[in-house]
Amino acid sequence: MTDLSVANTVARQMFDVESVRKDFPILSQTVHGKPLVYLDNGASSQKPTAVLDAMDRYYREMHSNVHRGAHTLGDRATAAFEGARETVREFLNARSTREIIWTRGTTEAINLIANGLAGKLKAGDEILVSFMEHHANIVPWQMLAERTGAKVIPVQVTPQGELDMDSFDSLLGENTRILALTHVSNVLGTVNPVQQLVAKARKFDVITVIDGAQAVPHYQPDMQALDCDFYMFSAHKLFGPTGIGALYGRESMLEAMPPYQGGGEMIERVSFERTTWNTLPYKFEAGTPAIAEAVGLGAAIDYLNRFDRAAMERAEQELLARSNALVETVPGMELIGTAANKVPVISFKIAGLHPSDIGTLLDQQGIAIRTGHHCAMPLMDFYGVPGTARASFAFYNTLDEVEQLFTALRKIQRLFA
Amino acid sequence: MTAALETFINNPLGKSVTIKDVIEDFEFLDDWEERYAYIIDMGKQLPDFPDDERREENYVHGCQSQVWLIHHVDDATGKLYLLIDSDAMIVRGLAAIILIALNGREPRELLTTDIDELFEQLDLFRHISPTRGNGLRAMVGKIRDIAAAQAA
Ligand SMILES: Cc1ncc(COP(=O)(O)O)c(C=O)c1O
Repeated sequence: MTDLSVANTVARQMFDVESVRKDFPILSQTVHGKPLVYLDNGASSQKPTAVLDAMDRYYREMHSNVHRGAHTLGDRATAAFEGARETVREFLNARSTREIIWTRGTTEAINLIANGLAGKLKAGDEILVSFMEHHANIVPWQMLAERTGAKVIPVQVTPQGELDMDSFDSLLGENTRILALTHVSNVLGTVNPVQQLVAKARKFDVITVIDGAQAVPHYQPDMQALDCDFYMFSAHKLFGPTGIGALYGRESMLEAMPPYQGGGEMIERVSFERTTWNTLPYKFEAGTPAIAEAVGLGAAIDYLNRFDRAAMERAEQELLARSNALVETVPGMELIGTAANKVPVISFKIAGLHPSDIGTLLDQQGIAIRTGHHCAMPLMDFYGVPGTARASFAFYNTLDEVEQLFTALRKIQRLFA
Repeated sequence: MTAALETFINNPLGKSVTIKDVIEDFEFLDDWEERYAYIIDMGKQLPDFPDDERREENYVHGCQSQVWLIHHVDDATGKLYLLIDSDAMIVRGLAAIILIALNGREPRELLTTDIDELFEQLDLFRHISPTRGNGLRAMVGKIRDIAAAQAA
């Protein structure tokens, strides 16, 4: 045995899906009398006990407002809250906690940036997005374009669901001011080569914004290696609570940006003559933040850090490989998105069946998937479908659940025959 | 329009097939597969929908699938006739059951029908959540709006 294979064995032992499932209380229930098979992780993932306990403990033992009270609870709350920020910084390998801004989630983070960059744009400037963006990474840019006279231009995708590099290269140019791209597509599962694309964009002095909402549940991105200007994600897809997310911003970019909202916490000094802004990251955090949720997000990352992420990734890739192999057992089933580099997400259609029929009949069998346009209407138009059915896996899903999905799909097909 | 008119008037749903039949049938179905097979089967009984009526103004919003609904009031009898179409099979089935309950009725009488109670009798809501984008609520809402406009 080589050293490497020993290391692998150890890693696999450290990631045992059956014991991991016990950490997620919601998974052990029945739906319509069948054991729940939760395959809608792309929309929102479930929470381990560690997250629930951390939030519960926060409210039982330390709650107070942060950065304010001259008392012990205030100090505890602030320590927990800022501790979570440090956890996120480490997770993203950002240089400083000044680069980590709390937001309500991915959507708010993108709106914050789009708003903050208004002063940098003029008529004729171009904002490059792609056909595989979530509406959250399209609409804020359209609103910005409306305000500034800039144009939003989409990069094409290939029929397999990869970014079309020729299209990217031909659209990136002197007029491009912003590149706003998803790291991982929520519909196709495609992992975009963001590091390479950011490097290309930086040659043209383009501001780079990477939507990490669908990436962080599967990978740990490294801000210093990626070298983008902005990156954001939502805690609720990362096994943490709803209502919070994080925005990474390059410090110099954040310094140069005006605040998003005004109010408490984000100011240094207020007077009717002149109000000055607080330092980073507080400049972008007006009002009392979602403290317990930040603590919950920190706990989610701590929980993930217990595992060997490489082993988790391998387990997830096995789920994807098994799914791909089973497609041919369902006549008329066709995957939408067959990129070489994918997270475990399958979007599909089945000849003669509407996605909503598939969703309803899977639910009857205890299987939760998402159907519809997935907030990516331009992509639906590109593929000429009204919507897709999407099964999106997390590390706590099992190969047996993959089998159950396909058994259920074959059953549905018989029902319609 | 005459072809469509005939389709309206000759639609068996709500005439020869009544909601009582459906309620009785449903009692004999004991698992989800049978119930949904039945619903899918009902969908196949929807009369053909005129192609040129698949227009924006006939579109029922609030469903995950595409749903169209048109109506016709028979001058002689004052009765309200409906046609529904969808690209999703289960929605078609639900539409058929709605038509069985509400088609070919006088608007005033239609408005007094408690459709929720009907569906409860069918035990349908226990199995099919009306909120899940299947358009049940949207279809019934639109029919009631049409009836209310006619009755006014
Ligand atoms: C790629 C992508 N971007 C952005 C979002 C928006 O995230 P949120 O609704 O948490 O703000 C999602 C959520 O579905 C997503 O998948």
